[in-house]
Amino acid sequence: MAENRPSASIEAVESGLAAQGYIASRQIATAVYLAQQIEKPILVEGPAGVGKTELAKAIAAWRGMKMIRLQCYEGLDEAKALYEWKYAKQLLYTQILKDKLGEVLGGAPTLEAALNQLHDFGDVFFSKEFVEPRPLLQALEQPAGCVLLIDEIDKSDAEFESLLLEILSDFQVTIPELGTVVAVAAPTVILTSNSERDLGDALKRRCLHLHIGFPEQKLEERIVESRVPGISQTLRKQMVSFIHEVRTLDLKKLPSVSETIDWARVLVLLQAPELGHEVVKDTLNVLLKYEADIEATMPQVSSFIAKTSRQNVFG
Amino acid sequence: MRENLHRFFRAARGAGVRLSPAESIDAMRAVSKVGFADRTILRDTFLLTLAKTQDEKKALGDCFDLFFDQPEPQSPLEDGKADEQEPSGSNAASDSPGDSSGGDEQADGLGQLAQMLLAQDRNQISAAIANAASAASLSDIRYFTQRGIFSGRVLDQMGIERLRDDLDNLAATNPALAERLTNALDGLRGTVRETVSQALMLYGREEAENLRNEILRNAPLSRIEPRQVEQMRNLIRQIARRLRERYSKPRKRQRRGHLDVRRTIRRNAAWGGVPFLTAWKRRHRDRPKIVALCDVSGSVARVSDFFLLLIHSLHEVVDDVRSFAFSGHLIEVSDILESKSPEEAMAEIMSKVGFGSSDYGNSFDDFEHGWMSSITPQTTVIVLGDARSNNLDPRADILRRIAERSKRVVWLNPEGRMAWGWGDSEMPRYSTFCTVVRQCATAKQLERAVSDIVASYQ
Repeated sequence: MAENRPSASIEAVESGLAAQGYIASRQIATAVYLAQQIEKPILVEGPAGVGKTELAKAIAAWRGMKMIRLQCYEGLDEAKALYEWKYAKQLLYTQILKDKLGEVLGGAPTLEAALNQLHDFGDVFFSKEFVEPRPLLQALEQPAGCVLLIDEIDKSDAEFESLLLEILSDFQVTIPELGTVVAVAAPTVILTSNSERDLGDALKRRCLHLHIGFPEQKLEERIVESRVPGISQTLRKQMVSFIHEVRTLDLKKLPSVSETIDWARVLVLLQAPELGHEVVKDTLNVLLKYEADIEATMPQVSSFIAKTSRQNVFG
Repeated sequence: MRENLHRFFRAARGAGVRLSPAESIDAMRAVSKVGFADRTILRDTFLLTLAKTQDEKKALGDCFDLFFDQPEPQSPLEDGKADEQEPSGSNAASDSPGDSSGGDEQADGLGQLAQMLLAQDRNQISAAIANAASAASLSDIRYFTQRGIFSGRVLDQMGIERLRDDLDNLAATNPALAERLTNALDGLRGTVRETVSQALMLYGREEAENLRNEILRNAPLSRIEPRQVEQMRNLIRQIARRLRERYSKPRKRQRRGHLDVRRTIRRNAAWGGVPFLTAWKRRHRDRPKIVALCDVSGSVARVSDFFLLLIHSLHEVVDDVRSFAFSGHLIEVSDILESKSPEEAMAEIMSKVGFGSSDYGNSFDDFEHGWMSSITPQTTVIVLGDARSNNLDPRADILRRIAERSKRVVWLNPEGRMAWGWGDSEMPRYSTFCTVVRQCATAKQLERAVSDIVASYQ
């Protein structure tokens, strides 16, 4: 039934995410639906603080799955992301089992025979027990599936991308000593990027590409409503349209959704009945993170407030 | 519909979206999941699966709107639904007058196209146009000059010959009907023309763009028209991207040099000199350091503009660039270029040092006093200018000192070799101290020159 009515299932995604407090636009919902249907990772790009990471959390909470997070940084490598051998445990075990080994090999008359006997035991020390699974391998081993969040992939080195390719396209990892580990249940993979550097074409090709920009005014109001329930409707309208005005300025860092939510919380805490000149000036540092930005915005505050209250009257 | 999807992919490639076969397969799979019912979902699906950057998303969105927008004044979504509900009604309506009025009985003797036009069934007509268009392989259209040919072919496929015969016959027997048919035919011609123009926009764009870029690449930079400047900037950005892709990946293998015999022996002393471990010399690779001196007087200014844009777009490859601009005197412009958009930066540079008559001697003197220390033995110094110093002292001795301090000096001259040394050109005197002297008048030559400079550091 759901197969025949994609639009209905996309709405289901929307409402499912909304239940977790994540108000998704239609495009985001379509991306999530498609990622599930054709089993492809989603590469989410957009400015900082528009809810890229939140999306992964919301999906995990909605589907009731575990979320495994891999935070990328410069110098991240295989041993930290994929798997590592437990060297200490291997050493310890060889020491403890020394006598046992002696017993087993005791009967062998020649060195060659001892070696052959040893071969019969197989690679005991390079077996599953000695592998320390890191996030990527963990994600493949979850029996019920999971949401794998590879956060800020643009911070990692270009080589690390190539490491991800096998996982992203086939949901499997090859460990030379063990063979190929295939995912028990294909995880939902979300990659996020702040576009600090261009990602390789090979990586992009394997993903659905979703760009989350600043939301429209209506959508942002709904987001504030769901995140900060205590705020009055007029104040919400005013502050969101104020922020939309601020975003038209040429600033170093534009306020994004996370700043909107923070600001809404602050306004509720200060029990501001409506957006006044003084309140805005006092709390502008919540919204803008650079001194130069605050200075650039300060002279515009009154005109923006006037504009927002006018909009409120007519809209 | 599969055929349509393939045509859409081709159109998307024309719009500048780079699509691999794998991506189109993904898109097909995705489409098979969401279906064609909801146009906005279909659009989102394509944007998600095919486009991989913001620019591509925009281009693809426009392409989608164009592609699925039929020239008829109807939107397929609403009308499609509306028509599904009332086909029986409209059929009955069109049948009944055919039975009752005597005038239309003659229509039975007419060709298929004439009947279709008289029935005014828009869906049927647009379907017929679409069929004829694919039969005439309209998607092969490349240049705007082909519009007439393709319109003719589409109309031929629809059976316009028969329609003309019908018209001739009717003109004698039933003038009123003939007039109606003529009007309808005019309408049809218009629609076909629009279909063909649309196809040209969809499929011909890639070809037109390639042609234009090829012309631009070989056009002299100093003489392009103002309206082409923006296109040229885009072209330069493309070149920069290409150079970045080629040179930004470190090539590890290349760095390994010969066997380091001494270190190998020392390292293996414990094994009695049996070389278990080998040590290799590493070929030393300098990070590219570039000092660029650009003449911004008169006709050279535009070439300098594009050169500076190119060299400052190569962040991943050359992170250490210091640029200087001069005409009468010299200033450093690196910060201006880093902090502002190309247009603003160039305007500011021009207002500071531009529009003077060039004085190479004085500018070199400024450089020697202010920034000589920025040149190290790893630095490539690029001088861009026509070396026309208005008969003032060229101060070639400063260039010699620069050449002695630096790895090498590359002189890029927008003028042709024939002009070097004529009039007030000091090129022969300067060129003795330059490692490389080359002409650099077009985007193509610019790309070569910068590519060679960067390659020498690999």
